[in-house]
Amino acid sequence: MPYLDHNATSPIRPAAMAAMAEALARTGNPSSAHAAGRAARGLIEQARRAVATAAGADPAQVIFTSGGSEANALALNRHPGGRGGRVLASAIEHASVLEALPQGGPALIPVTGDGVLDLAALERMLAEGEGVETLVAVMLANNETGVIQPVAEVVRLAHAHGARVHCDAVQAAGRIALDFAALGADTLALSAHKIGGPAGAGALIAREPATLAPLVRGGGQERRLRPGTENLAGIAGFGAAAAEIPDALATVPRIARLRDRLEDAIRTHAPEAVIHGRAAPRLANTSCIGLGGVEAMEQVILLDLAGFAVSAGAACSSGTVRASHVIAAMAGERAAHTAIRVSTGRETTSAEIDAFFEAWWAMRAQLLVLPSVAAA
Amino acid sequence: MTAPSPTRVAYPASDPPHAVYLDYQATTPVDPRVLDAMLPWFSTCFGNPHSTQHGFGRQAAAAVAAARAEVAAAIGADPREIVFTSGATEANNLAIKGAARFLRDVAGSPRDTIVMPASEHKCVLESGRALESEGLRRVVLPVAANGIVDRGAARAAIDGRTALVSVMAVNNEIGVIQPVAEIAAFAHAAGALVHSDAAQALGRIPLDVNDLGVDMMSLSAHKAYGPKGIGALYLRRRPRARVQPLFSGGGQERGARSGTLPAALCVGFGRAAAIAAGERAEETARIQSLRDSFLESMRARIPDLRLNGDAQARAASNLSLAFPGAPALAVLEGLADVALSTGSACASDTVEPSHVLRALGLDDALASATLRVSFGRFTTAEEVDFAARRLADAVAAVRVDESPAVQAAHVVVG
Repeated sequence: MPYLDHNATSPIRPAAMAAMAEALARTGNPSSAHAAGRAARGLIEQARRAVATAAGADPAQVIFTSGGSEANALALNRHPGGRGGRVLASAIEHASVLEALPQGGPALIPVTGDGVLDLAALERMLAEGEGVETLVAVMLANNETGVIQPVAEVVRLAHAHGARVHCDAVQAAGRIALDFAALGADTLALSAHKIGGPAGAGALIAREPATLAPLVRGGGQERRLRPGTENLAGIAGFGAAAAEIPDALATVPRIARLRDRLEDAIRTHAPEAVIHGRAAPRLANTSCIGLGGVEAMEQVILLDLAGFAVSAGAACSSGTVRASHVIAAMAGERAAHTAIRVSTGRETTSAEIDAFFEAWWAMRAQLLVLPSVAAA
Repeated sequence: MTAPSPTRVAYPASDPPHAVYLDYQATTPVDPRVLDAMLPWFSTCFGNPHSTQHGFGRQAAAAVAAARAEVAAAIGADPREIVFTSGATEANNLAIKGAARFLRDVAGSPRDTIVMPASEHKCVLESGRALESEGLRRVVLPVAANGIVDRGAARAAIDGRTALVSVMAVNNEIGVIQPVAEIAAFAHAAGALVHSDAAQALGRIPLDVNDLGVDMMSLSAHKAYGPKGIGALYLRRRPRARVQPLFSGGGQERGARSGTLPAALCVGFGRAAAIAAGERAEETARIQSLRDSFLESMRARIPDLRLNGDAQARAASNLSLAFPGAPALAVLEGLADVALSTGSACASDTVEPSHVLRALGLDDALASATLRVSFGRFTTAEEVDFAARRLADAVAAVRVDESPAVQAAHVVVG
């Protein structure tokens, strides 16, 4: 079955698998002082260096978490949103950012029809709250459309207004070059299982870790910012996958050709279909395809029956499919019900893409005909 | 299909080849049966368990559901009562902070007090301290010299102001088993919720949420031959125990804990929990006899050693031994081939004496002369003999070095 849902999770890379197998065969608790413990600690510090190198950061800036959601939550924890300060977040952020604040959501920064953050709107919002402690949260690449956000410009504007910036780079890592120092963000979230590592590990990279407030307490791990016995195998796998990011980036031109092949076919044969974010800079692996008037869930079910794993929106809400808040912010509520996401990876072949187009074409024919059958 | 007997399971191959591992309360090796169950969920079956729109995701979701059922069955719970977390530290934080915040902020309860014994794990004590900084009251119960919580103090402290009582099942440093069911009965009579940190208890003592009468219970996989990075919080459905999440976002785990579930870790935890529950009786009998022979052998060599914590109400896996006049760090320096611990691994960033040993009334000298020896599934009689001999020699050597005559000689030489 062709797997075209890499933005939900990616298959584990062999190098990550090998690192995990080695870690799982070890006994020590990384906090133990004996040789077994020190060996386990060594694996964690090796992974920390690999993740730091991949992200263009210093190892001391890397805080391992249980994943991207927790990294986002840690970045936003105790930020004085609702306590005299405020959080501004793009309207297309992941739920773990939009729902991170216990009291009410953040103020939403609008995006353009192409799904790119509206920098002029951000500047107005920053100016309106001059003097109020502000955190701006903007993702590096969107999980549903793949649209790359102008984070460096966001940082420039935000810092000029004294605001800090958190960047969710979960979907961007391994798909575009990542340089924490050059980007200038104050914090950056990463997830292992989106880059060929395992689920259950992630990291928050923080310019000044001491400014963070822990979500969980009770233990000295991760400089007290994330106590609890470390997910040793997960972190080892994360490190190994991070070390392979340069190889992953080398495959981007091929993956972009696959995407263009699919999108060209769709646009040629089905001019009514919409490729959301097509005019914006995008990740090479993501196509968000809208088919007016046809529910995304129906499309996904037919494609699943035809043997293709794609998704309707994000995979995070335990099987429920809600209208996409991302597409709603770009193109309105009606479009938000009709878009599916096709996301490819290093293993995807052009034969799979051609087969997918055939299946999509058959699905389209079936679903666009169905309403008139029902009416008759 | 019969599971292989635990004594015949090969010790994981790439472990430090020369050291005898007697630190099973810091972490346990992953049981090879657990590893076998996990590996396919890392590799060929890699789907996101929340992507139920396609086969990859549904396959992972089914594996997570089966694992949830195994964890639930191991503690007499319903699968819907299990919330997977990244481990026991997170589960303890979620239970204590989450329940107290829910009562205060959502239920509007006037109950403002959290009660916990002084010997709880740091993450329980610090969760309570975090609530203090939010304006709630934390009452820390004294424990007796044997490490068991003072029932009279508990009865006196738990009242109509009490929102939550948290009592661990098995202590991580001294192995003492607390009377959770009794404390739960006091607490429920006063209308309070009950949480138990059972991270050290799974597979070591009988563990049934209904027998114990708890509303919430924290579990850890890696203390029971499962992988690190996964644990669970049991949340009773009837009557309903509710928590505010520590963080939000995808809404997984019925809204209590967001984030993509690591299917492989869940599967490993499920298998580990099933083995722990199924083999506990036989395994603890075997481990207890090894432990008792170790203690006997140590007593014969070092007659003045002290056993910290109650000798009877104690997990079969644990010894906490004080060797007067032999600082533990000095003993460990001469003991590279036996892996032991001075206390809990989680507190290793500090050199303060253990808060647990202090709660028992040990002075700093005795507390810092204490070693935890913990035995487990792969411990052999040969290892026990070897370790007892080596430890006794190391203690004796340190005592010579620390004796007044040798100290005086050092002064002269220096």
